[in-house]
Amino acid sequence: MFIKQLSIFVENKFGRLEAIIDTIGKNGVNIRALSIADTTDFGILRVIVDDTEKAKKCLSDAGVVAKATDVIAVYIDDETGGLAKVLGYLTEEKISVEYMYAFLSRDTSKALMVVKADDEEAAEKALRLKGVEMLNPENL
Amino acid sequence: MAMWQPEYEALPRHELEKLQSERLVAQVKRMYEKVELFRKRMDEKGLKPSDIHGIEDLHKLPFSYKQDLRDYYPYGLFATPMSEIRRVHASSGTTGKQIVVGYTDNDLEMWADCFARMLIAVGADENSFVHVGYGLGLFTGGFGAHDGAIRIGATAIPISAGNTQRQIQTMIDFGSTVLCCTPSYAMYLGETIEEMGLKDKLSLKAGIFGAEPWTEEMRAQIEEKLNIKAYDIYGLSEIMGPGVSYECEYQCGMHVCEDHFIPEIIDPDTGEVKGPGEDGELVFTTITKEGFPLIRYRTRDICSLNYEPCKCGRTHVRMNKPHGRTDDMLIIRGVNVFPSQIEEVLLKVGGDVTPNYQIVVDRVNNNDTFEVKVEMSEELFSDGVKGIERVEKTISENLRSTLGIGPKVTLVNPKSIVRSEGKAKRIIDMRKLS
Repeated sequence: MFIKQLSIFVENKFGRLEAIIDTIGKNGVNIRALSIADTTDFGILRVIVDDTEKAKKCLSDAGVVAKATDVIAVYIDDETGGLAKVLGYLTEEKISVEYMYAFLSRDTSKALMVVKADDEEAAEKALRLKGVEMLNPENL
Repeated sequence: MAMWQPEYEALPRHELEKLQSERLVAQVKRMYEKVELFRKRMDEKGLKPSDIHGIEDLHKLPFSYKQDLRDYYPYGLFATPMSEIRRVHASSGTTGKQIVVGYTDNDLEMWADCFARMLIAVGADENSFVHVGYGLGLFTGGFGAHDGAIRIGATAIPISAGNTQRQIQTMIDFGSTVLCCTPSYAMYLGETIEEMGLKDKLSLKAGIFGAEPWTEEMRAQIEEKLNIKAYDIYGLSEIMGPGVSYECEYQCGMHVCEDHFIPEIIDPDTGEVKGPGEDGELVFTTITKEGFPLIRYRTRDICSLNYEPCKCGRTHVRMNKPHGRTDDMLIIRGVNVFPSQIEEVLLKVGGDVTPNYQIVVDRVNNNDTFEVKVEMSEELFSDGVKGIERVEKTISENLRSTLGIGPKVTLVNPKSIVRSEGKAKRIIDMRKLS
């Protein structure tokens, strides 16, 4: 089960991040998860929102480059070793994680992690076969 | 007032013009026979070599252009068999394709003489050590200075460009007296020498600087830092290389070696010849060159000509420092850069879409900075940092291999490059050079 993530190019310039987040909010789109990758010259803002299409369109109208990517959001038992167990399933299948970040979970007994693997389809399949629960896009 | 060839350099004006006329008539006749493009252009104008009686007919002749050198690349415009060509030089062209020029034995002699004239004018002689800090290679700068030094019987130090520490060490150990390099590099050398506290150890007396634009302020600073007198030299590969014109000891414009090159100033739009002192595009006709002669070559440089007699006794016309271009060529760190070259690289990287871009040139601590801003687009963007860094690196490396110098590449927001009337401003040159 995949969900849509929006990756957004952020020029390394004062006030840029705020302007992008503000654009999303003003268009009535809610951000559910967020992570920022930064380099010396630019940043990539990754967000999971409740309406990806709408967010993409309003950003594009505002002159911001954004791209939708399929990612998986994985439920992890909120206990010691919970994440290690899930990552172990991927290692077994020789799948590498490119990045991951935490997601606000509505179920307090579970943590929710967005996972981007080098082969996202294989990762989804591997975890599904192991019975790992993933976030359904309808529940965003 | 020493001259290398006073019989030419101080030839009375009317005799000089007579010599120019004879040489021009012979050159036109020879080129009409040997160079297909020139013959074609003459025929199109209904001109025969017999219609050209002297320099008074120069304005009737057809122009030649940089594009010709690309269209007839590599040897299509040469006027002698290749067996008579002793050396070739090349420089970067506007589309990534270089242009090539060739010299016969006589051409190389003439070139050495022209540079020798300058060396003598700046006070060099057989006891001088000429430090050739221009690149020795396909670029015309290095060899022009090198051959000129040998011609006057001086000692040439062909160190070529780069490696500042070694340049300075050599300058001190070998006793360099005349420094030839780009003005920005002279400035850098001067600053480094100052920091190292080695100014007293130098034997330098004069510097010959060219191949890029520089200001009077820079001249004053270079003179102060290196304790020399700094002279300006002008040249271009298509015509010969450095030494087409040069400053004498009075530094009041650059004397054109008029017994070899006839300069004209024209209106770049109409092609009409302009009067003395009027600004316009500089055009050259080579009247003695054998291997690669050109008639009325459009340099795209903007300057004016001064025919007033010079205090030095030379009768050759003086051109002032070119202070603009009729095209969009930029000279960055001595290298010719055309926006079209950058466009071509971006087109390839962008997957057949040219991303919007802007060239930003500045001068920081007397060295040119060169940045290319590229607007981010769907085609260039990817979710991963690595992917974007790869795009930056690919652009930067491709630009370096195309241009010969590498800019800093910065990816910026779409539509962030200022457009006026729908057209993006491609070049921001913040160097204050005039």
